[in-house]
Amino acid sequence: MVAYLLRRLGQSLLAVIAMAVLVFIGVYAIGNPVDILINPEATERQRLEVMERMGLDRPLWEQFWVYFGNLLQGDFGRSFVYGESAMSVILQRLPATMELALFALVLAIVFGVPLGVIAGLKPDTITGRSIMAGSILGFSLPNFWQGLMMILIFAVFLGWLPAGGRGQTTEFLGMRVSFLNADGLKHMILPAINLALFKMALVIRLARAGTREVMMQDYIKFARAKGLSYRRVVFVHVLKNIMIPVVTILGLELGSMIAFAVVTETVFAWPGMGKLLIDSINRLDRPVIVAYLMLIVFLFVLINFLVDLLYSALDPRVRLAQRGAQ
Amino acid sequence: MTDIPNPTPPQKAKAISPLRASMLDFAASPLAMIGLFVMLVMALSAIFAPWITPQNPYDLSQLSIMDNNMPPGSQSFTGQTYWLGTDPQGRDMLSAIIYGLRMSLMVAVTATLCALAIGMAMGIMAAYFGGRIDTLIMRVVDLQLSFPAILVALILLAILGKGVDKVIIALVIVQWAYYARTVRGSALVERQRDYIAAARGLGLGHARVMFRHLLPNTLPPLIVVATVQIAQAIALEATLSFLGVGVPVTEPSLGLLIANGYSYLLSGAYWISVYPGIALLVAIIAINLVGDQLRDVLNPRLRR
Repeated sequence: MVAYLLRRLGQSLLAVIAMAVLVFIGVYAIGNPVDILINPEATERQRLEVMERMGLDRPLWEQFWVYFGNLLQGDFGRSFVYGESAMSVILQRLPATMELALFALVLAIVFGVPLGVIAGLKPDTITGRSIMAGSILGFSLPNFWQGLMMILIFAVFLGWLPAGGRGQTTEFLGMRVSFLNADGLKHMILPAINLALFKMALVIRLARAGTREVMMQDYIKFARAKGLSYRRVVFVHVLKNIMIPVVTILGLELGSMIAFAVVTETVFAWPGMGKLLIDSINRLDRPVIVAYLMLIVFLFVLINFLVDLLYSALDPRVRLAQRGAQ
Repeated sequence: MTDIPNPTPPQKAKAISPLRASMLDFAASPLAMIGLFVMLVMALSAIFAPWITPQNPYDLSQLSIMDNNMPPGSQSFTGQTYWLGTDPQGRDMLSAIIYGLRMSLMVAVTATLCALAIGMAMGIMAAYFGGRIDTLIMRVVDLQLSFPAILVALILLAILGKGVDKVIIALVIVQWAYYARTVRGSALVERQRDYIAAARGLGLGHARVMFRHLLPNTLPPLIVVATVQIAQAIALEATLSFLGVGVPVTEPSLGLLIANGYSYLLSGAYWISVYPGIALLVAIIAINLVGDQLRDVLNPRLRR
């Protein structure tokens, strides 16, 4: 187990380093780092000063070590727009994004699982078919389009919910969060649903496939034969068995949720990391872009690592396969 | 024995070529036929956009600022009807949408074809040679597929900058891995077949065996993936352009049209954003309907 863990950790580190190298190549070798890392409005003297401080006048391989050293210390330079360290600018926006993503994840499970189970229990009825048709739409329609339609219907025509922004926030564990007051919650509903739709479609499919499979098992027949009610069989036996794949997949998908939040946050003007990324791209605030990229890569590798770890802890087959391969 | 029964002449089975049979299977679903029809209409109007649109939306001399923000169905100064209204520059939305569709389809189809070519070559090579080459290619594929497409595309465009060519490059890089994986899967099975050994035995070169013998037999699943991926590419391009990192303002695609109309949505001028949105929606759904039916037709396991 320890050997597996170490090896997996090594692979993760390799992935992060590979991404760091790619970003380095992208920023330093393809683009002109002087343009990318120094504010275009800087004076000639400031340019020279920054170039010297960042070592842009030295050979490329030497620059790489400097870049890498800074990376290890979490130093991505200063944001041109905010004048602060790029990483801290991003970390300030992290809670807003995490809050939205977690809320959306909860929505995806709370609505997706029951719908998927219904579709799995009654696959050939109108209800079952419409649920599946809806999930196909959720899959194939672009996220931003769904968001726009939601704004048009619920904010413009019906006027029930605000079209964007974060609303009031409350202090909670040192972070500003929206879900603790009515105004903030109202602002969060539309973006969270928007972010949840895609994952909900995924959960519906997983839950449906799982339900159809589980319903054919002998233990379900046995449970029914034992005289348990249909309700109890569905709520206890079926639900328990389909939740394992649903939860694992969603754990993996948390990372992609944070990535998709870029779109949702832009549509709903939600002040999170994703909107910051798009704003930074439009304002050419490159240190923030680089910092965002490295942070998101790190998050992804971390999530993948944790899920793999969880797998091998839960499923002995994975562990044994690893041992057999050695 | 005198009366040896005449061997019954081989039943003249209706000679239906496999291609024709597949086409008949495809036509069995009315929904898929509607999808195909819509797809064709859209493709044709995109190709012939300059000849069929009421105006060239990017020729400023044809625009009249007097006609700005007109709701759908209004009459212009010169008596022309704007069926889908006009935008703040007095541009006919119908023309703008057809031009936008042209851009969207052009980018998506070009990117998909390039990605298909690269992915196919990589996948075939991985399956055919196996060993180190296989490991190397598939590691890269796995690494890339563990990140969502939108994120990879955003990263690339953040580094490369805006532009039609850059969007195409980003879409190619995002998509090739899907094809590589699909091709490798079916090529691994085909590689075991005798005809490959026979072709090698004849002394044919690796390249010839890979591309003339192995490749054609891996095509069916690839066609399905490619169809669905065109829809994905359209959606992804629209998303990137909506976010403002995709195509430039001078050559808007559907996504950029939607983004441009976004700010007017709240003031009630819904048509500037909604009609391009509907065009995008119809295109994606039509392609998906066709792709779904193709999957059923080309998958022998689902054959009745």
